[in-house]
Amino acid sequence: MATYSTNEFKGGLKIMLDGDPCSIIENEFVKPGKGQAFNRVKIRNLKTGRVIERTFKSNESVEGADVIELDMEYLYSDGEFWHFMEPKTFEQFAASEAALGEAKQWLKEQNTCTVTLWNNDPILVEPPNFVFLAVADTDPGVRGDTSGGGGKPATLETGAVVRVPLFIDIGEVLKVDTRSGEYVGRSKD
Amino acid sequence: MERPEVMNWKPTASIEVLRRRAQMLADVRRFFADRDVLEIETPTLSSAANTDPVLHSLSLTSDDSKKQFYLHTSPEHAMKRLLVAGSGSIFQIARVYRAGERGRFHQPEFSLLEWYRVGFDYHQLMAEVVELLQLLVPELLGPRAALKMTYADVFRRYVGIDVGSAAVADLASALASHDIQFVADELDHRVLVDLLFSHVVQPQLGRDDITLVYDYPVDQASLAFVRAGSEPVAERFEVFVDGVELGNGYRELTDAIEQRHRFETDNQRRLLQGLPAMPIDEAFLAALRHGLPECSGVALGLDRLMMLLVGVDDITQVISFPID
Repeated sequence: MATYSTNEFKGGLKIMLDGDPCSIIENEFVKPGKGQAFNRVKIRNLKTGRVIERTFKSNESVEGADVIELDMEYLYSDGEFWHFMEPKTFEQFAASEAALGEAKQWLKEQNTCTVTLWNNDPILVEPPNFVFLAVADTDPGVRGDTSGGGGKPATLETGAVVRVPLFIDIGEVLKVDTRSGEYVGRSKD
Repeated sequence: MERPEVMNWKPTASIEVLRRRAQMLADVRRFFADRDVLEIETPTLSSAANTDPVLHSLSLTSDDSKKQFYLHTSPEHAMKRLLVAGSGSIFQIARVYRAGERGRFHQPEFSLLEWYRVGFDYHQLMAEVVELLQLLVPELLGPRAALKMTYADVFRRYVGIDVGSAAVADLASALASHDIQFVADELDHRVLVDLLFSHVVQPQLGRDDITLVYDYPVDQASLAFVRAGSEPVAERFEVFVDGVELGNGYRELTDAIEQRHRFETDNQRRLLQGLPAMPIDEAFLAALRHGLPECSGVALGLDRLMMLLVGVDDITQVISFPID
């Protein structure tokens, strides 16, 4: 199994901590002027979803988490599990609600997501950075208002709520950045 | 490696910030010219290296020789040789190198402003540091007063323990009560003290003032004079603003025998930690035997001063090109 030195710590690195696979969110190098250097890291436990803070002595080594990230097609949800398919092998995987977390609100059938497997079990689902989703509900569009000022909430077909410009109408397809949850623009087609 | 045509070649500091950096260097030179402190330059390359186990020197070899050289971690030894040679008070703006130091406040290559005042004790030097900081960062630091606290004071105040007598168990429970989760196989006294200082104490220092912490534990003396007494302390200080360490100073150790002993102890600690021993700077020790005048010296991180001046929270925003 690969080990990583604290020098290699960065956001997204997957390591083992207390027997659980974890993903580093933030890594801060801290050092008293003439003292021991430390890496103070924010880590997400990928099994529980909990975010914790830990401090390591710099230059210590930590075991990497044996996880693989695969692009998979989202198939459907049965309410309890969300089902994905690996497009090359057609192998199917069922992810729990905990693995989905915030990703749930962006999932549309046939979208490609990044699924992290640990011991062949999906523990994390990340949506594409940008998704195209239709507006299911919003206040009527204000014609001619393209100033971009103000805004209103719109509920998308997946249930996500984003802030959109006043001129957007029900049925329009929007491009949304899933990392910030922000409206980017109208779909070109 | 990215494709050459998409490599980002642009500086990480704006040209405006670089202009203000040039102004800061000019202000530093004027400050010392007004005080008859001589600007000097010393080599960055040395065949000796820093023995301190928490500092890691970058080493170099050439393609035509087996000889190894090191990039200095500070210009301290060479500057003290000049003091012994009769330079009087001196300052230097030096590029220094420390492997493995990288973060929002660290780059492996950075700029130190280091100066030595012959005949100053460390309290006089602390006063001069405050004067210089107020000149260089007038808007932020001009209105701030200096606050002086001993190392023992800050531990009592912010951690609630007597650091002089605290055992490993006391330090560990202080960590737990401040909700710090430390991942380590074994707990070392010195490491826990550094952990509490950097995680609990330091963020509180220099919030509304310029905090000077002084009189350090003897095991953190480094190159400072140790004042004997019932509770000996190292006559060392550090200066903090907004929770960031800006510099470190000493009343300088002048005893060559004691200095050699500290270098050798450092190297023994290195070997215990699985680090290579470093070649001891014999020319520096020879100079100390010749006689270093009573003096105090300090080094400030110029990049961090720049960060305060322009109000940014990442060191790469005040240097033209950080390391990849």
